[in-house]
Amino acid sequence: MDYFGAGGTGAAGVPARGPHPAREVVNAAMELNAFALATQIAVLIVALGALHQPLGKYLAATFSSHKHLAVERGLYRLSGVDPQADQHWKVYLRSLLAFSVVSIVVLFLFQLLQGVLPFNQGLGSVDPWVAMNTAVSFVTNTNWQTYAPETTLGFGVQMLGLAVQNFLSAAVGLAVVVALIRGLVRAQTSNLGNFWVDLTRGALRVLLPISIIGALVLIITGVVQNWGGTDIHTLVTGAQQTVPGGPVASQEVIKLLGTNGGGYFNANSAHPFENPNALSNLFEVFLILLIPFSLPAMYGRMVGDKRQGYTLLSVMAAFWIISTALMGWALAAFAGTGTSLGEGLEQRFGANGTALFATATTLTSTGAVNAAHDSLPPLAGGLAMVNMMLGEIAPGGVGSGLYGLLVLSVVAVFIGGLMVGRTPEMLGKKVGAAQMKLVAIYILVTPTLVLLGTAITVSIPALAAAAPAEGPHGFSEVLYAFTSAANNNGSAFGGITSSGPALATMLALAMFFGRFLPIALVLALAGSFAKQRKIPNTAGTLATHGPLFAVLLGAVVLILTALTYFPALALGPAAEGLLK
Amino acid sequence: MNLTTLRAALPLALSKLNPRLMIHSPVMFTVLIGSILCTAVSIQQLILGSSTAVFSVSVTVWLWLTVLFGNLAESIAEGRGKAQADSLRSARTSVMARRRSSALVPAGQFADTQQRYSEEMVPGTDLVVGDVVIVVAGELIPSDGDVIEGLASVDESAITGESAPVIRESGGDRSSVTGGTMVLSDRIVVRITAASGKTFLDRMISLVEGATRQKTPNEIALNVLLASLTIVFVVAIMTLAPMSAFANALPSPVVLVALVVCLIPTTIGALVPAIGIAGMDRLIQRNVLATSGRAVETAGDVTTLLLDKTGTITYGNRRAVAFIAADGISANQLIETARLSSLADETPEGRSIVELADFPTDGGSERLDSGALGATQALSADVEVIEFSATTRMSGLNLPVGHLANPGSTVREVRKGAGSAVERYVSERGGSLPAEIHQAVENISGTGGTPLLVASYDGERAQILGVIHLADVVKPGMKERFAELRAMGIKTIMITGDNKITAAAIAAEAGVDDFVAEATPEDKLAVIKAEQESGRLVAMTGDGTNDAPALAAADVGVAMNSGTSAAKEAANMVDLDSDPTKLIDIVGIGKALLITRGSLTTFSVANDVAKYFAIVPALFAATFPGLGLLNIMGLSSPQNAILSAVIFNALIIVVLVPLALRGVKYRAVSAAQALSRNLLVYGLGGMIAPFIGIKLIDLVLSAISTIG
Repeated sequence: MDYFGAGGTGAAGVPARGPHPAREVVNAAMELNAFALATQIAVLIVALGALHQPLGKYLAATFSSHKHLAVERGLYRLSGVDPQADQHWKVYLRSLLAFSVVSIVVLFLFQLLQGVLPFNQGLGSVDPWVAMNTAVSFVTNTNWQTYAPETTLGFGVQMLGLAVQNFLSAAVGLAVVVALIRGLVRAQTSNLGNFWVDLTRGALRVLLPISIIGALVLIITGVVQNWGGTDIHTLVTGAQQTVPGGPVASQEVIKLLGTNGGGYFNANSAHPFENPNALSNLFEVFLILLIPFSLPAMYGRMVGDKRQGYTLLSVMAAFWIISTALMGWALAAFAGTGTSLGEGLEQRFGANGTALFATATTLTSTGAVNAAHDSLPPLAGGLAMVNMMLGEIAPGGVGSGLYGLLVLSVVAVFIGGLMVGRTPEMLGKKVGAAQMKLVAIYILVTPTLVLLGTAITVSIPALAAAAPAEGPHGFSEVLYAFTSAANNNGSAFGGITSSGPALATMLALAMFFGRFLPIALVLALAGSFAKQRKIPNTAGTLATHGPLFAVLLGAVVLILTALTYFPALALGPAAEGLLK
Repeated sequence: MNLTTLRAALPLALSKLNPRLMIHSPVMFTVLIGSILCTAVSIQQLILGSSTAVFSVSVTVWLWLTVLFGNLAESIAEGRGKAQADSLRSARTSVMARRRSSALVPAGQFADTQQRYSEEMVPGTDLVVGDVVIVVAGELIPSDGDVIEGLASVDESAITGESAPVIRESGGDRSSVTGGTMVLSDRIVVRITAASGKTFLDRMISLVEGATRQKTPNEIALNVLLASLTIVFVVAIMTLAPMSAFANALPSPVVLVALVVCLIPTTIGALVPAIGIAGMDRLIQRNVLATSGRAVETAGDVTTLLLDKTGTITYGNRRAVAFIAADGISANQLIETARLSSLADETPEGRSIVELADFPTDGGSERLDSGALGATQALSADVEVIEFSATTRMSGLNLPVGHLANPGSTVREVRKGAGSAVERYVSERGGSLPAEIHQAVENISGTGGTPLLVASYDGERAQILGVIHLADVVKPGMKERFAELRAMGIKTIMITGDNKITAAAIAAEAGVDDFVAEATPEDKLAVIKAEQESGRLVAMTGDGTNDAPALAAADVGVAMNSGTSAAKEAANMVDLDSDPTKLIDIVGIGKALLITRGSLTTFSVANDVAKYFAIVPALFAATFPGLGLLNIMGLSSPQNAILSAVIFNALIIVVLVPLALRGVKYRAVSAAQALSRNLLVYGLGGMIAPFIGIKLIDLVLSAISTIG
């Protein structure tokens, strides 16, 4: 996430305005090659298109199977879990919350005690506010990094603390969406499956194997993987440069695959050891998109109607393609405008590679970056915010993307259902007042967290000082921070310094409630669907598949989520980008 | 909607400004709060002589109008029912009832057994359930009840609007009488089934007035969504204040309130109650009373219709559909004889034979010569009428010598009747059943029809002239309606007491999806249960007491007003016209209600896009001139832009009131077609309309300011 401005290591600073020789350079480097961008998108479409059905099938089978692996049985026995128990939605939720809260506490203590634990690379105890923020951040799949990893965390915390959460928080997301789908499929029960089993399978059978393959590919593309500490090189000028190494590829793969985003290095995927070249860049984008784009196929199979999956997939893909194209255009057209000099953009990726990565990372809940988003031209930065404000549903985080889109589908079904003259139903389940209450609160949570957090921060001068940039850009930095935190994205306009107690706490709260309130509502919704009897489909039922529903859903996404932020966006990126 | 209804609705709309009433609509309540806030700000600005005072006052006025328009929509909808309620109330004048005491008058005092009980006159309002009253010709029936003795013709026009009197008699399915209706002839003894204030008429009055209106489940769900959208926008705009202050671009509170009001779904929020009331009203206009709005909503959801064959799908009785002449007999000969044999037959079947003879429908039989005998001519006093009896199973005439239709010199006998009966009659008189007629009889029976043989006897030899084909006749247009229902995803099941063969034939002809033959009332209940078990919603009609359990079990049960009070009690709708076919219309009305709600919600939400483009640039253009780019409508000034959006927002409510009252027309098409159409009209239309509307209002405003 962070690029320049992590952990108070120094803000991007207030760039100069007016003519600047650097602009010429930037303009040249950020020229858009539309053909190249289209080619890269096409490569991704082909690769994801080839894999989403097999992976979706595998996912569906994994979460529907009744068999446990030997290692899983061992784990269940060890932790005293009864893997056969079918949990009521409330028990499912309680298990999930208990697991997550314990994870936060453990991760927090791990950082505090780093000095006395092994593999610390000589690094000591982490500042408690930073540790608290980081613990919440990694457990909520946000990976907001208010610290500079190289100078804060050793191998121990990175691998046994953060990376473990990178697996588990993604597995939690998978578990929630699987539970929601079960709620739609099952009838006349309140049980949604077993959280512990879903969690274990998600981590062991899905994320781990793909990570191993992915890590190998990353190493082949040139990503670093070693146990070496910091190398010291003497440069030709005679100056000495310290280059930290480490088990980067193995951390990198789950950072992307689990839509986590917390980099091994502060510069994240802009760092040449994490993301050395255009090929690794493309593969990293592929890793980000792989599971989220495969979940619709899993959904289609689990509900016994592949068309349902294809429809959601097409909505996700449409947003992704349009947004990537717009990002490429904004990067090229406005290169070097506003406060952006382009100093944080990687010339080795250019406009294409940057647009591809920046869009994928903000449309999912990844938040890894291959450029300093703070340095994006204002409208491109605004687009990154819009991507998150859509609710991260195109394709969204692992699990969270699909359940977010399914909740918005409920709204689309409600409005569309009425328009065909029926009280609305989704896959044969009635959408009544009880369901709408849960959906209504779901819609409220994220905008409230984002806007309230931003409003409080900018109205208290001491807090607002954390974003020192002048004018609308400073505002954008705050807005971006809360948008990212509440949506569990994790990317940042790095100019903001979020390691102070107040901002670290506010952002941690935004991350916590931005993650677990929606999860609680989704599981309650799943429970209320599961309880119902299934209504058979007739010609009078609103079809939740096909282009018509896709258009309706797309409109609901745009109008109900993005438009809410329109005034705030106008004050930030739009005001900055349209400055005359 | 005209000026009179508007004037009548206005006081009611004003009285609805009461915040305690308004809070039930979260959207309009928010507008009310905003209006109050803006009023305070405007007053302050006026006192201070602020330069923006005129603008603030204008916005404030239009915000109040927005609230008022919302209330007006509801009042107009209610007003339509009020007039009807008043006319009903006139029927509920206080009546004195002739109550029969349970004590017997000592024997011998009266010879007439009808007066064995003593009677007392009590006010109708004093009657309790179980009381027995006597009503004679010319009296109003004091309360709802069942006839336990006697038969009378009753004028029910006060309730049904139908002036022809109906027969009400003890026992059977026509025993219920309604308070407020008048006995025209005879005398009936009625056991009271509803206490004063809870009669059918009372319920009807409160229904049409909307007094007992409660929010329906779907209305509640919609309100939840609308409330959530309201809160989102209130949060978005309230947090905008500190944000814009940070950017040194803090707009006035009036502008922020204007923005909130424009963004929250006021259009649908204002019209939701009117849509609901109007939906009920549309049912009442069709002479159907629903016990709750919920039932109307459910009607839109119905996926299975249980239809009684008789009266709904077919005409009540079997009708003659064809004459088949025996070899050597001319069609005219057969038709004339068949007609003669039925002239005195007052049963519906008999009349249908005469009708078919006079006005043949199919090409197979020719129209009789105009010289055919009229009934009075044919049935002269010396004609002997042979009535149908269970033993002979034939009816007909014996025509004396000299009768116009009897050219011979002996008495001519004409008969029609069941196959075996007529065959015996003929064979006893030296005739026989021709083979081709035997075949025709078999064919007719095979297709579910009823064959009637026609025979004549001229004193020498009896002969069979041919067959009359009696069949259930499916009402015209039924097949098309069932096809429509199928397109809408509604399954139709025909219920009949007929045997399987007959039922199958009618089912195929009418085009229903399924049928239950030889059905008992218990079967109806079983079918309902089975359909519901598979998640379907069932609607049915019924009138008899034995229909009551099924009516109660059905998701939508429509009782015929002519039916028993048990049936009416169990059903959630009563059709005053007692027309079972109306069930199909009821489903359509339910769907139209939901479609109206959905379409106007879509329209309301889609409007927001344009409003953003009107207001947001206006808000910040002073601080960030670059945002002027977003002013794609080219509105004349920031103040005019905001005012135009507010005015549009208020006026659109008024513009849409007629649509809310009339309802979006329901078309019998599949869900996909309905969605694409409504999405195009109300979604895309809702996105484009305000761009045009706001621009036009802005043009007017800027013209006014130039003149001013």
